Amino acid sequence: MRTIPAGEFKPLIRAVDEPASVAVAAFEIDERPVTNAEFLEFVTANPKWQRSRISRLFSDIGYLADWAGDLELGPSSPADAPVVRVSWFAARAYAAWRGKRLPTTAEWELAATPGYTTTDGSTEPAYRNAVLAWFARPTPWPLPAVGQTPANLHGLRDLNTLVWEWVSDFNTALVTGESRGDTGLDRTLFCGGAAGGARDLTNYPAFMRAGFRSSLQARYAVPNLGFRCARDLPVEPTAIDPASEASASVILSAAKNPLGVSQPDIAANRSLDSSLRSE
Amino acid sequence: MNNSHSPRSIVRLLAALVAGAIAPNLLANEGPTEARGPVATPDLPVEQAVLTEAPFVPPPITRQHKARVVVRLEVREVIKRLADGVEYTFWTFGGNVPGSFIRVRQGDVVEFHLDNHPSSKMPHNIDLHAVTGPGGGASSSFTAPGHSSQFTFTALNPGLYVYHCAVAPVPMHVANGMYGLILVEPKDGLPKVDREFYVMQGEFYTAGRYGEEGLQSFDPEKAIDERAPYVVFNGQVGSLVGDRALQAKVGETVRIYFGVGGPNLTSSFHVIGEIFDRVYVEGGTKLVQENVQTTLVPAGGSVAVDFKVEVPGTFILVDHSLSRAFNKGALGMLKVTGDEDRVIYSGKEIDEVYLGEQSDAGSAASKREAELVAAKKEAIAQNPQIAGITKEIQIERGKKTYLSSCFACHQADGTGLPNIFPPLAGSDYLKNKEQAIRAVIKGLSGPVTVNGKNYNNLMPPQDLTDAQAADVLTYVMNSWGNDLGSVTEAEVKAVRTQK
Repeated sequence: MRTIPAGEFKPLIRAVDEPASVAVAAFEIDERPVTNAEFLEFVTANPKWQRSRISRLFSDIGYLADWAGDLELGPSSPADAPVVRVSWFAARAYAAWRGKRLPTTAEWELAATPGYTTTDGSTEPAYRNAVLAWFARPTPWPLPAVGQTPANLHGLRDLNTLVWEWVSDFNTALVTGESRGDTGLDRTLFCGGAAGGARDLTNYPAFMRAGFRSSLQARYAVPNLGFRCARDLPVEPTAIDPASEASASVILSAAKNPLGVSQPDIAANRSLDSSLRSE
Repeated sequence: MNNSHSPRSIVRLLAALVAGAIAPNLLANEGPTEARGPVATPDLPVEQAVLTEAPFVPPPITRQHKARVVVRLEVREVIKRLADGVEYTFWTFGGNVPGSFIRVRQGDVVEFHLDNHPSSKMPHNIDLHAVTGPGGGASSSFTAPGHSSQFTFTALNPGLYVYHCAVAPVPMHVANGMYGLILVEPKDGLPKVDREFYVMQGEFYTAGRYGEEGLQSFDPEKAIDERAPYVVFNGQVGSLVGDRALQAKVGETVRIYFGVGGPNLTSSFHVIGEIFDRVYVEGGTKLVQENVQTTLVPAGGSVAVDFKVEVPGTFILVDHSLSRAFNKGALGMLKVTGDEDRVIYSGKEIDEVYLGEQSDAGSAASKREAELVAAKKEAIAQNPQIAGITKEIQIERGKKTYLSSCFACHQADGTGLPNIFPPLAGSDYLKNKEQAIRAVIKGLSGPVTVNGKNYNNLMPPQDLTDAQAADVLTYVMNSWGNDLGSVTEAEVKAVRTQK
């Protein structure tokens, strides 16, 4: 994994009462997307996530449909190609099993901001062209192996040039099916054309990522959608005093967290907890 | 927790909450609009819509009652010809540009299915201008790759309407070919004609110039600046010429359903050598103008034109913004066969010599002067001292170009970046002058070997004049220890004009 230093993410489109930029703490992220071989290890160890056994609540019927069988990859799914046709639930469960989590949109976008040689890929001709060239070609089949494309300044590969990738909060993308409404005509909802430098209407690739994310539901298993994992930076040993009450509760809550739900999902857990209590 | 909840219902609750509650307070995240179930119309007969590829049009509707018309349109992203030697990845409604022609009758209930092929890279949707309802169906049809959406609308208003994709960034989806026409016939139909055709104009913003070969990418900057290298009919240069020209016979009445997908440019639609007898202005049904030479069609708008063809010959369809017809591809043909009527149009009757005033360019003195000027130019070019100075000037000019166009990848010291961008300093690739020129003006993609190392990246063609390309190559060939001579403008021009 690579460490991404703390930074700021400026959302492409945001509600009026949201901040113009979001502070992102330093974190770690996989250098490349998860492969079929790696996902096979996961479903072998966790049979309930196998194709014939997964609950329809957690994926539509496209789940791992290119694999030859529950535990067999077959010719359409080379071992070193990125795993695709996995639902958000399955990607999340995989990450938890590895002791990781999915990156947030802010983290993913921050990690994908640099180009090959500069800190802003959207203004670096070679990088921009590589991204646009990816959009200009239909998805090759079967997919090529991960890790073949040049690394960005953070040492990350295949961002924007191999498959789309899940993020933990994909459904916060404020691009609706009626995209023209997003561009600021209704200013009671959106901080539109007036927002100036905070949003860049010319960054088409960013719009396409936002558009793609907002077309998804958590059950969808989409043919060119994979994922990579992220992780919080390890807590400095000195930061926790094992004797203190506070640190005990941290450890306890981690242990009570069987899904491996981490930081970005806390809001969801809170609602879940309160709903369960109310029953 | 009470006992009425089985473990399974808890799981379901958990799934719903985790999926839905992550950003509970954010407004208007419709995402894929929640499916609400089909609208039943048990009293209406059901029929499948006949869809056609341009330039063909489905047959007129003859029934005198409403129906429930099922339209199934598949979105596919396909690589096809844009011009000779030029390919483009079109995003299509039905596999072609423009999208399939849809024909229904006023009052019909249209059950619309939008299938997004699993190989698609993007989510897509459809906004039909024939729809009365928010977004014209856009959010109801927002569909991820490998999914299908259904929605229903009633065709309340007759007319000829554009449909298009409306996913962000909308100009890109439309610029990639996502538009078509839907005709809602008035209850009593349109006046009968002998032939109906479907033609749509749209512009393409390729990274390369007009005619630059290979698979071209979409260029967002050109799109935002509305600088289109291609303006074409029916999705490619030459879609309606030669044996693909529209055909009619003398005495027939022709109707063209003409739409403009855009995304940005309007059309001054004109058929050379014909006059539109009737124009259904802006695709409407009430205002029918007669005897029109050129009709203005807005982006995202349409027109239907009727005209009787009285004489044989080839009639050229153009956007009368003429650079588009002459330089960018907005040109089609209607070939009419049958008997001549020389009273209506005679053809050339007489060809004879005309003696105007003699120009002095032809005089002996002028010829002699031109020879001497050429000789002087040659003598200067042959002078080694002048040649040396020329090269130095080129190097200085070329350095400026290098620092604006090249250094970002190849670095200011010409060393490139290991495994990504090959070096120019000491590069064996440059020893082949023609190869070096081609890389600069035509770009490079795929594997190359430089100084024994393999590189596989994309170098876009550089938007330089012949002189700029010659200068920057001369700079590169005489910098960082390179000593490879100079490149002339003529040498660049020669490579540029090669096939």
